[in-house]
Amino acid sequence: MLSSVTVTVNGAPLAVPQGATVAVAMAIAGAPCRTSVNGEPRGPLCGMGICFECRVTINGTPHCRSCQTECAPEMKIRTDE
Amino acid sequence: MALTQRFDILVVGGGPAGMAAAARAAECGARVGIVDDNPKLGGQIWRGESDQQGKSEAAQWADRLDRSGATKLCGIRVFHQPQAGILLAEGDDDLKELCYEKLILATGARERFLPFPGWTLPNVMGAGGLQAMVKSGLPIRGKRVVVAGTGPLLLAVAAYLRKHGAEILMICEQASWGSLAAFAVSIAGQPRKISQALQLKRDLAGVPFIPKSWPVAAHGPRTLEKVTIALAGRTETLSCDYLACGFHLVPNIELPILLGCQVRNGCVSVDELQRTNLPNIFCAGEPTGIGGLELALAEGQIAGLAAANRTSTARGLFRQQKRARRFARGLDRTFQLRPELRTLPQLETIVCRCEDVPYSRLRQHSSWRVAKLQSRCGMGPCQGRICGPATQFLLKWNLDSVRPPVFPARVESLAAMTDHSELVGSEVTGGQ
Repeated sequence: MLSSVTVTVNGAPLAVPQGATVAVAMAIAGAPCRTSVNGEPRGPLCGMGICFECRVTINGTPHCRSCQTECAPEMKIRTDE
Repeated sequence: MALTQRFDILVVGGGPAGMAAAARAAECGARVGIVDDNPKLGGQIWRGESDQQGKSEAAQWADRLDRSGATKLCGIRVFHQPQAGILLAEGDDDLKELCYEKLILATGARERFLPFPGWTLPNVMGAGGLQAMVKSGLPIRGKRVVVAGTGPLLLAVAAYLRKHGAEILMICEQASWGSLAAFAVSIAGQPRKISQALQLKRDLAGVPFIPKSWPVAAHGPRTLEKVTIALAGRTETLSCDYLACGFHLVPNIELPILLGCQVRNGCVSVDELQRTNLPNIFCAGEPTGIGGLELALAEGQIAGLAAANRTSTARGLFRQQKRARRFARGLDRTFQLRPELRTLPQLETIVCRCEDVPYSRLRQHSSWRVAKLQSRCGMGPCQGRICGPATQFLLKWNLDSVRPPVFPARVESLAAMTDHSELVGSEVTGGQ
């Protein structure tokens, strides 16, 4: 069994497999990553850091590409800032 | 303040081409650096494989690169060249000034996405995009996936997802049986390609593969629930968890263009030693034309050896390079996009996802440049990397210049760009 890492998504704790990216944590949480200019929910498209659709706030830093960032213990991920 | 690192040979891009280039160059004794935006090397095709123990080609090249002594810089984005021989790059919380004598650009490719109603819904992803997510830990077991678009990647992705427990409902390939058959004939003389094709056939046994079919709409409302496919003159709607949809690949040529490399038909022009038109700048892999793994490895090795002045050793790889190029030309012919795909976006369909610009606001403009100024299309953080290739196909626009920063950068990093221009300016003044 792979070990897991616990992060929080919009304040709720979530265990994800070790090595998972923040984009994967968002998918496991069932939450979209960002809200578009017109208010639509968006999630990852390219999965490789190009499209910027998977942007979230990580530990207070906005506009982080969740697909390019690995989850770390106690990381605080927010989509509502 | 930027941290300065100096290299004889700097490689930008840590996929197969970049890894091969860096390893071969460093083995010749050069001081080599390899820089990549991703947290780990391997690029897209070897994502998550390079650090596994074993005999895979990915692991072998990763070992070889480790032993070569090249310096690996992961999670670092190059965004500007303030003057020849210096690239500015940023990491998560630092700024680097990477100085080079010779530069090898191995910036890879991305998927081409075409807009259709509903393509912006969460869980509509690129084919390679979904695969990358699964490689990064996304649980896919038991999920229903429709794979659609065009190109050899679709089959590879479908096989990968199935192996990890996904239920592949259908593979929709927009190319016709006729062009696929011609492609099959073209690889007939290549045992390695044939064995790969046979393996895929075994892996995908029982999965419906439908040529001349494509997605016309994805349905939500808040996340993907269903997809409608056009096939054989009718449509069919399937319930699914993911739509993995990509229309072949587009070379990443933004950095080469920024540096002034000559580009023809969307690809960086190189000679047989992978030299661009600029002195001391080489280019290898997908940016010189979509060609796949074998070509990337051949071109990367040639570029690395040539940059390290081992021209005669590099020539030994020309046969492999030429054979792989023939395969690449076949790819372009086979997976050409059919004109019907231009009718997929409706007036209200979003084309530029960063700025939510609908198709109706783009169609009225005459060029990419005018559309950017009038609608903000391509002005968001992806800088047109997604909507640019789409409008190129839909509206036959030419994508023109690239401006620094070539990648969104922090304000502090942008300040370093200004420092440099002031420095260069004062040097010029001082010399007069």
